[in-house]
Amino acid sequence: MSEPSFVLGERVRVRRAFPPGHVRAPYYIRGKTGVVERVLAVFPDPEERAVGRTGLPGRRLYRVRFRQPEVWPDYAGSRADTVDVEIYENWLERVALKVQG
Amino acid sequence: MRAYHDLGGLPGGPIDRTEHDAALWEKRVHAMVGLLSEQKLITSDEMRHGIETLGEAEYERLSYYERWIESVARVLVQRGVLTTDELGRKLTEVEAREVEAREP
Repeated sequence: MSEPSFVLGERVRVRRAFPPGHVRAPYYIRGKTGVVERVLAVFPDPEERAVGRTGLPGRRLYRVRFRQPEVWPDYAGSRADTVDVEIYENWLERVALKVQG
Repeated sequence: MRAYHDLGGLPGGPIDRTEHDAALWEKRVHAMVGLLSEQKLITSDEMRHGIETLGEAEYERLSYYERWIESVARVLVQRGVLTTDELGRKLTEVEAREVEAREP
């Protein structure tokens, strides 16, 4: 769990999952695609710590930037607006690149 | 699906911006959580999980620090720091003391 799975600038999607328990990925961002804005540190896993376990060896946290018009279908602000959300690695998945032609 | 505490993007109504001093018991709750976490008897994630499992009706009914203390009680029982029996007896004792104090 030391090497980050995603790199700066990589497109990632937040998993669409709704397990019970303490989850740090907010509901509104699940299923949305963004770009890794910052690779953060490894922290004890809050999902595990929430039920009295250590959460070690920990999970990598990323700051992911999303385009507001993609997050909110009826977004009335500027098309250039973005929102940053910090998301743990287990909630992110790689977005397959479209092959040209 | 969406948990009751996970409100991002939902209309929330107007925000009450009036300032108020914390009551003594609220300060005590805050201090207690600080001490418990210093003693490694509670984590912020357990606190949050406790609040997220109060049930929606309780969550809506309770004030900010009431949610905290309800959650602390759950976590401490879960961890074996307190028993439900001890907690129940103490709460009855405190209640009796307060009733006595109110009576002339």
